[in-house]
Amino acid sequence: MSTTLLDRYATARKALADNWANGPIWVKLPIVLALISFCFYLPYLNILPFAQIRTDLGAGGTDWSSVLFLIVIYMIAAVGLNVVIGLAGLLDLGYVGFYALGAYSVALFGSPSSPVTEAIARKFDLSEGWAVPFAACIPIAIAFALVAGVILGAPTLRLRGDYLAIVTMGFGEIIRIILRNSEFTGGPSGVIGIPKPPGPEQDGRDYFNSLDVHRWYWLALIVLILLMFAVRRLEHSRVGRSWLAIREDEDAAAIMGVPAFKFKLWAFAIGAALGAIAGLLFASKQGVVEPNGFRLNLSFLFVAMVVIGGSGNMVGVLIGAFLITYLPERFRGFEQWRPFAFGVALVAVMVLRPQGLVPNRRRAKEFEDRRHEAKEAAADV
Amino acid sequence: MDFTSLIDNLGSHTVDGLTKGAIYALVALGYTLVYGVLRLINFAHSEVFMVGTWTVFGVYAVFNATAASGVGTVILATSVALIAATLASAGTALAVERIAYRPLRKKNAPPLIFLITAIGCSLVLVELFGHVFRQFFGPPFGRALVSIPTLIDTKVLFTVGGVSITNIQLIVIFGAVLMMVLLDLFVNYSRLGRGVRAVAQDPDTAALMGVNQDRVIMLVFVLGGAMAGVAAMLYTLRYDITKFDIGFLIGVKAFTAAVLGGIGNLRGALVGGLLLGVVEVYSSTLFSSNWEDVTAFVVLIAVLMFRPTGILGESLGKARA
Repeated sequence: MSTTLLDRYATARKALADNWANGPIWVKLPIVLALISFCFYLPYLNILPFAQIRTDLGAGGTDWSSVLFLIVIYMIAAVGLNVVIGLAGLLDLGYVGFYALGAYSVALFGSPSSPVTEAIARKFDLSEGWAVPFAACIPIAIAFALVAGVILGAPTLRLRGDYLAIVTMGFGEIIRIILRNSEFTGGPSGVIGIPKPPGPEQDGRDYFNSLDVHRWYWLALIVLILLMFAVRRLEHSRVGRSWLAIREDEDAAAIMGVPAFKFKLWAFAIGAALGAIAGLLFASKQGVVEPNGFRLNLSFLFVAMVVIGGSGNMVGVLIGAFLITYLPERFRGFEQWRPFAFGVALVAVMVLRPQGLVPNRRRAKEFEDRRHEAKEAAADV
Repeated sequence: MDFTSLIDNLGSHTVDGLTKGAIYALVALGYTLVYGVLRLINFAHSEVFMVGTWTVFGVYAVFNATAASGVGTVILATSVALIAATLASAGTALAVERIAYRPLRKKNAPPLIFLITAIGCSLVLVELFGHVFRQFFGPPFGRALVSIPTLIDTKVLFTVGGVSITNIQLIVIFGAVLMMVLLDLFVNYSRLGRGVRAVAQDPDTAALMGVNQDRVIMLVFVLGGAMAGVAAMLYTLRYDITKFDIGFLIGVKAFTAAVLGGIGNLRGALVGGLLLGVVEVYSSTLFSSNWEDVTAFVVLIAVLMFRPTGILGESLGKARA
């Protein structure tokens, strides 16, 4: 029963994907634009049958805009991790480390009460309450993440894939322990007073404030769309083709003249930068960061999003991120079951459908090939 | 940097480290065995260990054994706990193999997929004890630390050159080394062990020679699980606690130990485990216990950078007597 259902889903999805891939641009463009507009409209969604998807209908529900914001933040992180896992084929279990780096960059440099800005202000005799403006924190965060990605990648990317996974996991934990134990990061209690993006004042409040959460959501959505566009361009460039070659057969790629190590490092650094952007937005909206918000479980969550959705496929990854963030929020009481459900889902998806729910075309073929080889080998014996 | 306290108590720190390291080494065997045969990091192995510690706790509860129990109860409870933990851990390892690895092996999935299912299994096992069982059976299951009754009181047995050695330390180190020797003998001198080595060397040729691959793989998981079960018993004797996520750090450290000694190499696991335990205790004295857990990661990265094959070199197939 389950296999037939799975097969039916697989054929339907494939037909849809083929139609889409062959469809003319004048059909696709309006559909995409309509989808994007719908996404912008989502916080106001109130027409009844559809409004059922809101998370704040019942008592004790979470604010709908906040949930949307979190979904988009995780989507940004998932798109970034997808570059590493899906495109370059490297399993990074320490992605939360980069997310934390982004969050802490904006916290440490942007907050007037953080130990770092206080030290700088004292050193250069700056006025009380001085801090790096929000806009300047963005390049700082990205730079930190890029450097961290290279520092972590340079020694480890020469290793076999499974070693890489464990080492990156260690890195994620080291970052958290450093954040928790160091004086300059505010220790276990973290940092408060993180700056918000600037904007025109409205109704006597800042444009980005804790009441009008839908603006945060729109901001994150715009960032997500821009980043997705950038990643898509990368994917179809020389860099993207190199990643693909490395993923399918690193030795063959190297023989063909692809500098494998260099491009793996690039994948790592770009993934890290996207993770940092997600972390930065998240921290800015929260207003506070603390080390315990960046536990290893979050790393597994990100991996689950990419892998369950279908690594290598942008749409798949978005769906994965959506399902994993949205479902526990919509069905409260289920929250505590979340890690357990992920575990089950990870095993089930990998065993039944290793290419993910919405696979990348090429990757699906790779899996099919390998399965075929195994069958042939079994037939030979 | 606190050199004086390290130098002053060098002996006792070393014994402390060896005790820790012996437990790491036993868990490391599970990683090394599976890696040697399947070229696969069994990420869920840390949870196999965790199941063992809970089993010990359960057996103590069944026997109503507490610190005040008589000698008879203590001996009975500990020996039953040892057997039960070994069986439970071996069973868990076997279940992981059957559910998560075998279907993938049949499909010839890429190695990363194995790692992801292993993470899934690991999450499932952790959450079973951290949440699911609590829903059905209530406490002590859950996310809190659970203390296990101290059946054997820590007593100083003898003192060598100013270093006092306790009975627990002796039991842990001796027990771990004994299990290692037994495993080493089994792999190197028994018929089944020869099968394990054959599959590790060359799976296809081994299959042609009539070795049942699936059976060898199951055996390897059972052996590794059993070692983790014994490690769990020794751990509970030494630390008297368990927790749903206790496996994670031990797992990472044991994996580090396996890599340090040369993954796939049984004797390497012993060397790596003991060394890592000692280094960890030294470094936590030198810096502060806050940084203790970082040590293993730093050691792991350093080893992989400079000598990825570990101290004794990696190979189960070539490690013959």
